[in-house]
Amino acid sequence: MNLTLKIWRQKDSDTKGQMVDYKVTDISEHMSFLEMMDVLNEQLVNAGEEPVAFDHDCREGICGMCSMYINGEAHGPDRGITTCQLHMRMFKDGDTITIEPFRAAAFPVIKDLVVDRTAFERIQQAGGYISVNTSGNTQDANAIPISKHAADEAMDAATCIGCGACVATCKNSSAMLFVGAKVSQYALLPQGQVEAADRVKNMVAQMDLEGFGNCTNTGACEVECPKGISLDNIARMNRELMKANIS
Amino acid sequence: MALDSKVPKGPIKDKWTDYKNHIDLVNPANKRHIDVIVVGTGLAGGSAAATLAELGYNVKAFAYQDSPRRAHSIAAQGGINAAKNYQGDGDSTYRLFYDTVKGGDYRSREANVYRLAEVSANIIDQCVAQGVPFARDYGGLLDNRSFGGVLVSRTFYAKGQTGQQLLLGAYSAMNRQIARGKIEMFNRHEMLDVVKVDGKARGIITRNLITGEIERHSAHAVVIASGGYGNVYFLSTNAMGSNATAAWKIHKKGAYFANPCYTQIHPTCIPRSGDYQSKLTLMSESLRNDGRIWVPKNMDDVKAIREGRKKPTDLSEEERDYYLERRYPAFGNLVPRDVASRAAKERCDAGYGVNATGEAVYLDFASAIERYGKEQAKIQNIENASEAKIYELGQAIVEAKYGNLFQMYEKIVDENPYKTPMMIYPATHYTMGGVWVDYNLMTTVDGLYCIGEANFSDHGANRLGASALMQGLADGYFVLPYTIGDYLSQDIRTGKIPTDTKEFDEAEKEVKDRIDFFINNKGTKSVDHFHKRLGKVMWDKVGMARNEKGLKEAMAEIKAIREEFWKEVKVPGNADEMNPELEKAGRVADFLELGELFAKDALVREESCGGHFREESVELDGPQKGEAKRNDKDFAFVSAWEYKGEPADAVLHKEELEFNDIELKQRSYK
Repeated sequence: MNLTLKIWRQKDSDTKGQMVDYKVTDISEHMSFLEMMDVLNEQLVNAGEEPVAFDHDCREGICGMCSMYINGEAHGPDRGITTCQLHMRMFKDGDTITIEPFRAAAFPVIKDLVVDRTAFERIQQAGGYISVNTSGNTQDANAIPISKHAADEAMDAATCIGCGACVATCKNSSAMLFVGAKVSQYALLPQGQVEAADRVKNMVAQMDLEGFGNCTNTGACEVECPKGISLDNIARMNRELMKANIS
Repeated sequence: MALDSKVPKGPIKDKWTDYKNHIDLVNPANKRHIDVIVVGTGLAGGSAAATLAELGYNVKAFAYQDSPRRAHSIAAQGGINAAKNYQGDGDSTYRLFYDTVKGGDYRSREANVYRLAEVSANIIDQCVAQGVPFARDYGGLLDNRSFGGVLVSRTFYAKGQTGQQLLLGAYSAMNRQIARGKIEMFNRHEMLDVVKVDGKARGIITRNLITGEIERHSAHAVVIASGGYGNVYFLSTNAMGSNATAAWKIHKKGAYFANPCYTQIHPTCIPRSGDYQSKLTLMSESLRNDGRIWVPKNMDDVKAIREGRKKPTDLSEEERDYYLERRYPAFGNLVPRDVASRAAKERCDAGYGVNATGEAVYLDFASAIERYGKEQAKIQNIENASEAKIYELGQAIVEAKYGNLFQMYEKIVDENPYKTPMMIYPATHYTMGGVWVDYNLMTTVDGLYCIGEANFSDHGANRLGASALMQGLADGYFVLPYTIGDYLSQDIRTGKIPTDTKEFDEAEKEVKDRIDFFINNKGTKSVDHFHKRLGKVMWDKVGMARNEKGLKEAMAEIKAIREEFWKEVKVPGNADEMNPELEKAGRVADFLELGELFAKDALVREESCGGHFREESVELDGPQKGEAKRNDKDFAFVSAWEYKGEPADAVLHKEELEFNDIELKQRSYK
């Protein structure tokens, strides 16, 4: 198929960017979206132009590095996937595809489609861990039974890949799905109880400090999340926060 | 220089304990004055950085990604082995040790493997304490599954995302230390050289991938945890950015490179579909617990399927060749990876491949769905359940076990694997070879360590499933923190290592010159052009089956591609900005050298062992006819290569392997 691409080009964080049109031809429906971008970049390199910078790495939907906003949707027009898992069979010959970086005040553009998501790092550093040193003599892994239900629910929260689609898609640029998922994982496990109150307070405080917006229960984040992280995690985070603040 | 593995004396089961009892320690107050650099933040690097920081060292950690959490360990699916014997099926430290040495086709170092098996149980305890949500049974205890090449269930897992959960565990431990200021984290930084002062590793040169700035970082010791070199094949299951540059740079500065020809071609990957393809996708080996691998028995059916006249589900049981079950009745579909991959290649080479390229076999879940369905019908007291009901119940179980893998397959191939068998074919996945290290995980350069997939030590010529995660975390959490302390105890009076010295000047100049060359070369061909050509030579001639003629050709061809690369490579953009093409150019330049050494190593090893299959070395008769033939008399050694300029001139050093606790036998899975 032949396509027109409208792509955000921006030299660096200090320079103003703009949309630029490109044409690509003979794109196979079996290609992934990023393979289509590879074709464009090979074309640009051969023509002596600068290729489009975009984040990507594992190309199997787990590292969370890829981050495009395609035709107005984080990770494009398919559900339960990242951009690298989006296939060209979702498009048709003659389509015009608009490709922008994830947009949020807390995710400044570094170059073209590459954004800076280190705000997520700082939120995790504020409390996204259990304080246990490596020793080799923590108690036996089976010493505390954990119900299958709780373990499964913790796992569902823990599958977050930290891509930032929730932020990019939220009209308030809220990071509450991301933070809620991490808070929930630990809140659901006995190992996470000891530090639960401090954890949620510190992570939420850091989230606010980074300039992420608030949640107004639109639910777009849950729809666009490549890992299907549920809104329940935001509710759980709010409960945990309330509990921490009144106790 | 003679190779000294520094394996402690004494019985194998006491070596590690005795070693720990007798090493020198660094007092906590002194640790504050010692700096350690860790390059790479996957399971090995991440766990090492966190643990060293907890101990009190000042750690500087480096990742080319925008977060340590994105290292490619994240993509490991199936699980992590540990000798916990929770299932009471006869597992033990010795059995895990034995399985790993045997699985590695007797080409690993006994003492290292025993230590790995010994600390494996601690890993699970540690991870659970960190909040890693491993799968549990209804009683709330940890669940296990089986993996290839073993007869016990010792694999712990978190759905099909075990690597992700373990890495997020190590990442959380890192975050705690980053918050305390004990780890200084450098995201989007790439190490481009190591700096040696008086023969010791004392720092690295990095490039800031956002600004292009070349930076100097000093430390008392340097740890390389940069992963494997599978991307030398261009197409592999590795991440796009996975590269060998850190490992190759230290090789060029004196670290021997061991067994580069030991590469794992994983049997269950999604087959390639076209020339545009940028990477291959792995489907976890855990699928072989329940999936049965087959091709049609009759060539007519193969043709009909390829032409779309028949569907795989049209073939009756009698018309299918479950070739692994046929050839290896004892292990069936759970033979080790190298055996499963070669068997798939054998059938496809014989013309039985089931897709248009002729390079695909079926992985079929129909019998598992039926088996689970009947079991569920019984559990739920459903009498005379219809076929559809049984299918529905069975599908729910398979979905719970492998749902994310099935979804991944469907997204890529656009076929529903619950309804029709998956198509799979082997792809490059993991490299057992790597930087040579002694028992302390130190390379042949003082103060320079190498851990995880980047080193060579534990998996011999073939790695068993679910053992990569085990080794990465064992090295980082439980081995390196002891061994590096013993070395650093001599550095308590050294003081900060200055970076304004001639050694740093020289290393920085070398790095800058190379970058300037790429930017100014203005050749005619893109970096990917050369990488793809290298990959094709590697796959065709240094892939699943190798022979003398092909390997000699490969060496010459790789050399020619390399020479052309240095004349014709084109890198757009500038050095002082984010420039992904420039990053790739440096990595491919290193692959073009490594690839030739790889072929040379494969040429010298005139035996078949593990993932290294020489067509000249097969069993000619007897019950093992056609199977790989190892040659212990002449080749029970580690090939450690010393850099001497051109890869063809590399000098071979041999570390003879001694087996005192395991008898060398032919590996039979029949």
